[in-house]
Amino acid sequence: MKIRVIPIITTIFFIIIFILFYRGLENSNIYVPKTNINKQIPTFNAKLYNSSEEVSSSKIFKDNQFYLMNIWSSWCVPCRDEHGFLKELSDEKNLKLIGLNYKDNKESANKFLNELGNPYDIIFSDPKGIIAIDWGAYGVPETYLIKNKMIIKKTIGPLDKNSIMEIKEIIK
Amino acid sequence: MASLIGFYSLVFGICSSVAIIIFSIQNFRNPKKLNEKILILTFLQFFLVTISFLGLIISFVNSDFSNETVFNHSHTTKPLFYKISGSWGNHEGSLLLWLLVLTLFIFLFILKSGKQPTQYRILTLLFQEIIIIGFFIFLLKTSSPFNYIYPIPEEGLGLNPILQDPSLAIHPPILYFGYVGTSIIFSSSLSAMVVNYISKEWAKHIKVWVLISWIFLTLGILLGSIWAYYELGWGGFWFWDPVENVSLMPWFALTTLIHCILVLEKRLELTSWVIILSITTFTLSMSGTFLVRSGILNSVHTFANDPERGLFILIFLFTLIFLSLFVFFFFHKKETNNKSSFFLVSKETSIILNNWFMMYFLSVVLVGTTYPIFLDVISSDKISIGPPFYHKLIIPFLIPFLLAMTIGPRLKWIKSDLSDKFILIIFFIISLLLSLYIVKTLKIDFLINSILISFVFYLFFITLRDFFNKKYNNLSQNIAHFGFSLFLLSIIFNNILSSEVITNLKVGDTFKSEKLKIYFENITQKNEKNFESFVGEFVVENSQGDVFIMKPELRIYNQPNIATSEAYIRTSLFSDKFMTMNLVQNQEYFNVRYQIKPLMIWIWISVLMITLGGLMSIIKKNEN
Repeated sequence: MKIRVIPIITTIFFIIIFILFYRGLENSNIYVPKTNINKQIPTFNAKLYNSSEEVSSSKIFKDNQFYLMNIWSSWCVPCRDEHGFLKELSDEKNLKLIGLNYKDNKESANKFLNELGNPYDIIFSDPKGIIAIDWGAYGVPETYLIKNKMIIKKTIGPLDKNSIMEIKEIIK
Repeated sequence: MASLIGFYSLVFGICSSVAIIIFSIQNFRNPKKLNEKILILTFLQFFLVTISFLGLIISFVNSDFSNETVFNHSHTTKPLFYKISGSWGNHEGSLLLWLLVLTLFIFLFILKSGKQPTQYRILTLLFQEIIIIGFFIFLLKTSSPFNYIYPIPEEGLGLNPILQDPSLAIHPPILYFGYVGTSIIFSSSLSAMVVNYISKEWAKHIKVWVLISWIFLTLGILLGSIWAYYELGWGGFWFWDPVENVSLMPWFALTTLIHCILVLEKRLELTSWVIILSITTFTLSMSGTFLVRSGILNSVHTFANDPERGLFILIFLFTLIFLSLFVFFFFHKKETNNKSSFFLVSKETSIILNNWFMMYFLSVVLVGTTYPIFLDVISSDKISIGPPFYHKLIIPFLIPFLLAMTIGPRLKWIKSDLSDKFILIIFFIISLLLSLYIVKTLKIDFLINSILISFVFYLFFITLRDFFNKKYNNLSQNIAHFGFSLFLLSIIFNNILSSEVITNLKVGDTFKSEKLKIYFENITQKNEKNFESFVGEFVVENSQGDVFIMKPELRIYNQPNIATSEAYIRTSLFSDKFMTMNLVQNQEYFNVRYQIKPLMIWIWISVLMITLGGLMSIIKKNEN
């Protein structure tokens, strides 16, 4: 009997597809990236936003202190939405807010801060978006809660009431 | 009460489907003529599902919150229209609608196919009943729309506000007519293969179903796009969202199928193409259901993340795929007649060429949609594929596609010489010069743009000319192709010439730029039955000194509590002016987005034209 190659290959192909879909079902919601917490923060050198002085991140992030690193940009609409929440968090005494100004131009970033207020203690510039890549960011805005150089919470997308409640809960 | 009737008619419905199968098998063994009982039973099956569907609608209208589906998706303050449309704006209800259309279509098929061989009709019915029973079980087992909850809640949870919209209320039924129509094509081609009835007559008979499904699918996609344009609030109409993609894929397959069926009808060739495409189209529609309903993809359309449902559809889908593979490999006879009759310059060649391009576009979309899932399974890498991927892979290949589309219809079957070459060349030169001029004046410096634009213009001019060409009388095809060129032209110029201003304003503020002045005059608040509305009034002045008022709206719905922004659109023949406003959190500022979108209305008109081409083709066939 002649072996029919095409039917066999097609069948195997579809079986593989089936298995892939089946496995895919198990880890659904694939577009919500895993919050990879308890990860060491990357070290980087970056220019400070207000001066052109370059600093190393190891000098900024000290142990036993909570930091909230927020990636933002003036062109990002959700960043405007979350700005109020950031300002609310800036009142917290044991939390330092660090901004990472992502792929932005300085003029509009300044306008953004003048208009909405500046909640950050320190701002880094990331004009080419390279530092954000080191942090594993998916886009702007993105926010990391840091202690002892470890990421303990990561929020993708704008902060909202719930996420700042959680943050306040953690740093209490 | 209505829910109870609905539930039991579903149960009786599945019984009638089983009865149909039993009678059909008997009848298939003794196929002198179609058993009358079968016709009655298919009607009964349709009737019972209709009753069940009406039961669901009545539960929605009466806001009967003892029904879980109604509780989850309705609210007493909702307007009647959206109570009704809400009944298919959710997973359970939409599946019931799907089943309703399935049973309607098979009834119509049996009714209308009297001239076809009995065995073929019965077998089509049998294949279709497999699908119908699959859906019955799916509905009753995993997603019954008639689940009872106790204690009965006072109030429902409400329908997602972005779904409370007229075009979205009719979008699902129309799309489903398209999707489900492909199931008839699927069953019919399988059965035609088994009884060896793939012939010119079969092509002629199934062509109507292909055209009908195609028209509905096209209209369904169009409605969805229009909705996205004015409701999602950033002026785009196609996002390459996975769920848009799953409706586009069957559309590609179906469009290719239309062209292949024509070849089959005239020349009895491309039978393998026709069969594989018939199977593919329906499989793609089903995969769409799987991808959307299983929660394997996340998108605006995802109704529920229930792995059990996903597993059911997955198994069901692959049962159908393996069934069709089996039938294809065991029953399909390769065309043996005159293979050598294809010449390089002929209608067939150009159709085959375009088939391959269509398959290429289809694969791009398929890979873009499913690859992230596969990659996640294989390597746990998460990627998301966006518009640039599709644009880069599709746009360059539109060029040869357009050329074949322009020249192909002018060729004859089998072997042909191009007539009026002179005019074709003249038109090509005109298109080329025109596009060069446009590219230069607009200062777009992409080589690919100028080539693409010239080929689109070429198709545009040639089809335009053919309306006045007596030699050439295929009006339906010409309208569809002309519509396609208009569609591409509108999209290209819309993309190139759109402009946008985003700014934050509070009442009394003015935004100024060289070309534009936007003054935020005031804001008024209104209380509607189920939402609170804020209407802004903006005075816009452009560089030509035209002054007009734009009134975008912000709605805050009470059930569920969600804010939506309703775009204000001023449409004219040449361009749309589009404005939305959004709240800036905790501020008195509003985020205002003003866009000028040229030729928007022509995108919709051209798609309607393409559909009209299909419609005329049906009418023409009936006259013959």
